[in-house]
Amino acid sequence: MKAQLLEYTLRLGDNALILGQRLGEWCGHGPILEQDIALSNIALDQLGQARMLMQYAAEQKGGDYTEDKMAFLRPETEYHNCLLVELENGDWGKTIVRQFLFDTYNYFFYSALLNSTDNRLKEIAHKAIKEITYHAQWSAEWVIRLGDGTEESHQRAQTALNDLWEWTGELFSMDAIDEALLAEGIAVNLTDIKVQWDQKVNEILSLATLERPEDGWMQSGGKQGEHSEYLGYVLAVMQHLPRMYPEATW
Amino acid sequence: MTEAIWKILKNVADPEIPVLTVVDMGVVREVEVEDQKVIVSITPTYSGCPAMNEIESNIQWALEEAGYNEVEIKTLISPPWTTDWMTDEGKAKLQEYGIAPPEGSSADKSVLFGEAKKVMCPRCKSRNTTMVSQFGSTACKALYKCEDCKEPFDYFKCL
Repeated sequence: MKAQLLEYTLRLGDNALILGQRLGEWCGHGPILEQDIALSNIALDQLGQARMLMQYAAEQKGGDYTEDKMAFLRPETEYHNCLLVELENGDWGKTIVRQFLFDTYNYFFYSALLNSTDNRLKEIAHKAIKEITYHAQWSAEWVIRLGDGTEESHQRAQTALNDLWEWTGELFSMDAIDEALLAEGIAVNLTDIKVQWDQKVNEILSLATLERPEDGWMQSGGKQGEHSEYLGYVLAVMQHLPRMYPEATW
Repeated sequence: MTEAIWKILKNVADPEIPVLTVVDMGVVREVEVEDQKVIVSITPTYSGCPAMNEIESNIQWALEEAGYNEVEIKTLISPPWTTDWMTDEGKAKLQEYGIAPPEGSSADKSVLFGEAKKVMCPRCKSRNTTMVSQFGSTACKALYKCEDCKEPFDYFKCL
């Protein structure tokens, strides 16, 4: 149970950390100042959530592990984030659609995690859900604005949606760790989350005049440490400094 | 003794909104004294709030300056901070400073498509205002503009 809880904590922490890092790439490049600031703010929230989870993971791991060591010194195969969050940012449309698909999932996920029997995860969820709620609202509004916007924005949003769809299946796939921790009341039942996610996504896509892609082959593996070609590049940037200068401090 | 410590903390400014103190913000949760040791528990507004380290150092320095040599700062995340903890005095100071204070209580439940709140312009007091962005200059603020006096302003959003 101990090893499973640690991996579960890392799955949540890595989702927040890697997406936060990806969104950070937009800093200074947003289409307009307000939205540049919005993405940086969301990235900051995700980094804050990642820190709480990494601290918890480091405590579980024990020894001289710290949140920084968890974040900066693990190799790629020991990251447990879902594949969706590590994908390249692409254009504004792709970043927004990815954010919407993930935020919506994250919103229902953390709402359910509020009832976890693991006290620490529950506390973290209480803190995080307030922030995630703002994110979910923001990205849903942007999907509608782009989808129901100009011909160009509609086409870009639809292309992004079609390209990203195959990466959404993993969000809801339960493996042995999910099952074992669910039986203890610690983990979230992803089958329930899928129902809520489907409903909200359908509602927003319809307002956005976007067409929901058909379910087909779904990519998976990120949760178990098998990543796409993109994660290595993210880590190279993120880990470069602490690996090059191990004693570096602010 | 804890009363004297609270008094000192009431003079420690928030690094991002210096008109408020860390007590006005509701960031200080608890003060305890064990023998000679002072334990101050603080809580972040947003989980990624970059000011937390500075708040910690500022509290440490203020207490050391007042002669408390053994100080421990603890960070608590539960129960999570809410804007309800901001003191009325703090809200009045914000308003005067030009930041609209949080309106109503606790997190905005009208999420996923509630109309944006009609916040009062801190300068001309008009309620004819529009939200420009939910995310402002810091994690805890949203950006608004006043349709009457035409000035942009920050709104300390409810959390």
